[in-house]
Amino acid sequence: MNSFNSIYNFVSGPLVWLAFIVFIGGSIYRIRNLIILVNKKERFIYTYMSLKYSLRSISHWIVPFATISWRTRPVMTITTFIFHAGLVIMPFFLSAHVIMFHNAWGFSWGSLPEGFTDAVTLIVIICCVIFLLRRVALRDVKFLTDASDYAVLLIAAAPFITGFLAYHNFGSYHFWIILHILSGEIMLVAIPFTKLRHMLYAVFTRAYIGSEFGKIRHARDW
Amino acid sequence: MTDKTNWDWETKEKQISDLNEWKSSYNWVEEPYASPDGEKIAAIVNTDDMEFNVCENSKAWEIEEPFEKAYSLRYSPDGRLIVLAAADDEWKTVVDGKPWETIFDFLWDLRFSKDGKAIAVATQTDGEYCMAVNDVPWKDSYSFITCMTLSDDGKNSGSVVQTINLGQAEVFKFQKGAFSAAVNGVPWDTNFVNVWNMAFNADGSKLAAEVRLNLYDYTIAVDGKAWNSIYGCVWEPIFHPNTNSVIAPVKVKDGWTLAQDDNILWDSRFAQVWHQMVSRQSDKIAAIAATSYGKWTVAVDGKPWDITFGDMVTDAVFSPDGTQIACIGTDSGKYTICNDGKAWDIKCDMVWKPVFSPDGSKIAAKIDKNGKRTIAVNGKLWNKMCDEVWEPVFSPDGSKILCRSVEDGKYYRRVIPVSEF
Amino acid sequence: MALPYIEYEKNIIDEGLETGMKNLTQERIDKALAKVLDGETGAKLKAYVDTCVHCGLCSDACHMYLSTKRDPTLTPAGKVKRSLSVLLENRGNITPEIIKKVSIVASTECNLCKRCVHYCPFGIDIAYMMSVVRRICHLCGVTPLYIQDTAHSHAVTQNQMWVKEDEWIDTLQWQEEDAREEIPDCRIPLDKEGADFMYSVIGPEPKFLAQLLYQTAIIFNTAGLNWTMPSCPGWDNSDMAMFTGDSEIMGRNKRFHYEAAQRLKVKRIVMGECGHAFRSVWDMGNRWLGWGMPPVPMVHAIEFYYDLLKSGKIKVKEKYKKSVTLHDPCNTIRGMGLHEKARYVVNELCENFIEMHPNREHNYCCNAGGGVINCGPPFKKKRVATNRIKAQQIADTGAEILITPCHNCHSGMEDIIGDYGVGMHVKFINDIMYEVMEKPEIE
Repeated sequence: MNSFNSIYNFVSGPLVWLAFIVFIGGSIYRIRNLIILVNKKERFIYTYMSLKYSLRSISHWIVPFATISWRTRPVMTITTFIFHAGLVIMPFFLSAHVIMFHNAWGFSWGSLPEGFTDAVTLIVIICCVIFLLRRVALRDVKFLTDASDYAVLLIAAAPFITGFLAYHNFGSYHFWIILHILSGEIMLVAIPFTKLRHMLYAVFTRAYIGSEFGKIRHARDW
Repeated sequence: MTDKTNWDWETKEKQISDLNEWKSSYNWVEEPYASPDGEKIAAIVNTDDMEFNVCENSKAWEIEEPFEKAYSLRYSPDGRLIVLAAADDEWKTVVDGKPWETIFDFLWDLRFSKDGKAIAVATQTDGEYCMAVNDVPWKDSYSFITCMTLSDDGKNSGSVVQTINLGQAEVFKFQKGAFSAAVNGVPWDTNFVNVWNMAFNADGSKLAAEVRLNLYDYTIAVDGKAWNSIYGCVWEPIFHPNTNSVIAPVKVKDGWTLAQDDNILWDSRFAQVWHQMVSRQSDKIAAIAATSYGKWTVAVDGKPWDITFGDMVTDAVFSPDGTQIACIGTDSGKYTICNDGKAWDIKCDMVWKPVFSPDGSKIAAKIDKNGKRTIAVNGKLWNKMCDEVWEPVFSPDGSKILCRSVEDGKYYRRVIPVSEF
Repeated sequence: MALPYIEYEKNIIDEGLETGMKNLTQERIDKALAKVLDGETGAKLKAYVDTCVHCGLCSDACHMYLSTKRDPTLTPAGKVKRSLSVLLENRGNITPEIIKKVSIVASTECNLCKRCVHYCPFGIDIAYMMSVVRRICHLCGVTPLYIQDTAHSHAVTQNQMWVKEDEWIDTLQWQEEDAREEIPDCRIPLDKEGADFMYSVIGPEPKFLAQLLYQTAIIFNTAGLNWTMPSCPGWDNSDMAMFTGDSEIMGRNKRFHYEAAQRLKVKRIVMGECGHAFRSVWDMGNRWLGWGMPPVPMVHAIEFYYDLLKSGKIKVKEKYKKSVTLHDPCNTIRGMGLHEKARYVVNELCENFIEMHPNREHNYCCNAGGGVINCGPPFKKKRVATNRIKAQQIADTGAEILITPCHNCHSGMEDIIGDYGVGMHVKFINDIMYEVMEKPEIE
């Protein structure tokens, strides 16, 4: 028990700090490097950037089925929207997370009913399975997929799988909860250093192409 | 330079010709050209089906037979009237109604020496190409010429020439070099992958050109000898009129700058540098430059003006003493004149190259505003809005301006005191 | 009716690629990679490479993928994997053979049409990535023969077709003369300083399609416009150097083009019905030179025709009777949003306009653009075989006439129409406008 406590305290204490430091620091570092590169070599990008058209583009792409792409592959669209929504909602509104936050910082906010979050977790896991199946079964996606893509998928899926198993006391709760925290931390750390950094860059690439299409090309980009 | 002292600087206004009358005499009248001194106006006119002539001050040239084709009508700086014309598929350069003796299969690219005494054309006969100056064609001809040039004194002519024939899609032969430059028809000893825009020095004894050594290495060649350094790209070289050194824009690692005799001349780097110029009087070197993307200005001895224009800067010119520079700056499609970094308040639909008064105190320019043409001096518009005007000319003492204009179809020559602007 | 799939030879031999590969040294490869990957490219390429999650959503954008029983190697991201990724992941071990292979992918398997931008959630510009690969291949001297020859033509003559300076003027004068049969005082004014418009075309017009110059002269003269054409190099707005990755020649050509207009003091340039040339003058060549936007206002023919019809300067005598459909070229639609204007023009000129689907920004590519058709005969069959979807799309309209306001599209469509046996004729808007417009009465 003691050994669990000390491991738990470690992974939910210093390691969380470390993970956040690496995540935030790494993210800042990545974005900073990108901006430095633009300033050094591609200043012309500023000439063509437009807030209006950046937002026009982003607003279309964050709505399911608002683009030809989303409409063309509906299963993927539904899957990816649910998955990404789950990825954003769960860390902040899962009751256990809110309680932990309250214990640590003394304040909290509303949380979602446990039954609901449990269902969402399961759905997110199913989404990950669909992602996996796409990579295995669709010839075009399979051709593109390399080992790192599976690794990234595993990193993203792990917090949900471990959380689900922990919540349902599957085998050893202690084992799963530590793995859950660890996998969450791995995911945070992985964001700036793997393909998960699309989380950081997507807004910029979308804004840039949205600006080029809106301001210069007078055409839709969705 | 043309001597303007003998021109009529006294008569305030002359109506030289009524172009409306021309229009009733001919099937059609093409766009007119005014002589440098303003005393004459001329246009190509159609007299009958496939028959053309040149009409000057209401009077058609007396020619043996009408031209079947005629184009490129221009006045030389010394006031002669030239047209390139054809009859029976034989092309001739016709000067003041008199054809040159030499006949060609085609003529184009009419150009003049500074004083206008030399007239040069590019020529083609039986698929062979050369230049001809004052009715004398080069001895040698080539399968291809381009980028023709004439020295300021008109004594030397040059062009890019193809020295090795290329079959269809012989890309690797091309990449070994099949082009050179020829001076008065004589090619350099060296071939290059490409040769472009070239310039003679002041006395016409040296020729510099842009060259490409392979698909991606650029440099400048002077009299056939390439500089040692290789650049990412280069633009047209010029000779320093006082030192005979060659100055060219070159692209180096961190941007564009100027090089002089293969040494980097300016410490500053730009997004673009071209149309460099040197003042013989002040030795200043200036160029049109972009400080960054879409920010155009003039850089003098490497230092850009503070003012920048979004669209472009063109037609930069030194004042006669070389202390000032004027240019055209364009922002959001509106044109204005900029003098030493200060732009005129007026915004126009088009502006022609600014003209300095002899003492440099005034700048005049032809402008287009709302589809009408007029002249502006130091930012102030002339009170007449005309159908057409030609570029203003200052009197030798700088007190008057020659205004050549067409109003209601009538061509006027006016001499207007600068003070009236 | 479903059109057949056409088989094609995968292993195409092209002399430019083969000889280029043989001449290629390791030093030159390393220099080219360093110049492009360490020097010229920056945040854009990095962000694109790092952001792509290999989701495959771009697959459905590509006509080649859709035309080949969904060949996974022909998806946009698949082509990146087979070209740019190869160079990035194996840097230090890139052989001439690899350069040849990636050159084939980048030069002949992507039209740079940017349809995939509409399919990538991140807006990754795969056309840009392909251009980067082409740039490397150019610096290695490994490019398909025919397009390389065209790039050389641009370098020497500033036009696409080795048209000599006298031939250009002669052709204009000949067309002007012919046009006087219809309009006795018809002119193609050369070097008319201060005209409102400078009209610019692409090399193939004087070389093979001089009737377009004739028809344009009739249109300008009928509309009573103050226009001119330059007699000197700079008249050609096209740009195959842009497509081989020869940025310097691209810039040089655009400089000639815009400086011709600046010298002639025209208020705007009108260009003929060419798509890639529009790309070159609108957001490629001008940018390389440091001009934020075209320094002289630049109007594509579609927009010009729209203005002529809208303002009543050109009136329609009797609308075109045959049923027509309209192809939306990538460079003027995704490149400039001229799709509604094109429809206005077509509806004004034609009685029976049938839309093809998908259309506007989502239209399928012609598979000729991006320099692919300019790679010439060796790649023709592959080009046709990998665009069955386009043939199907136009066949499904049942129209008699296909209007394509773009030269490359035009030629590419003629090829697929021929090889798939789609009974249809291809025309420019110019052809139809000339046919149906009111012309001045001859006295």
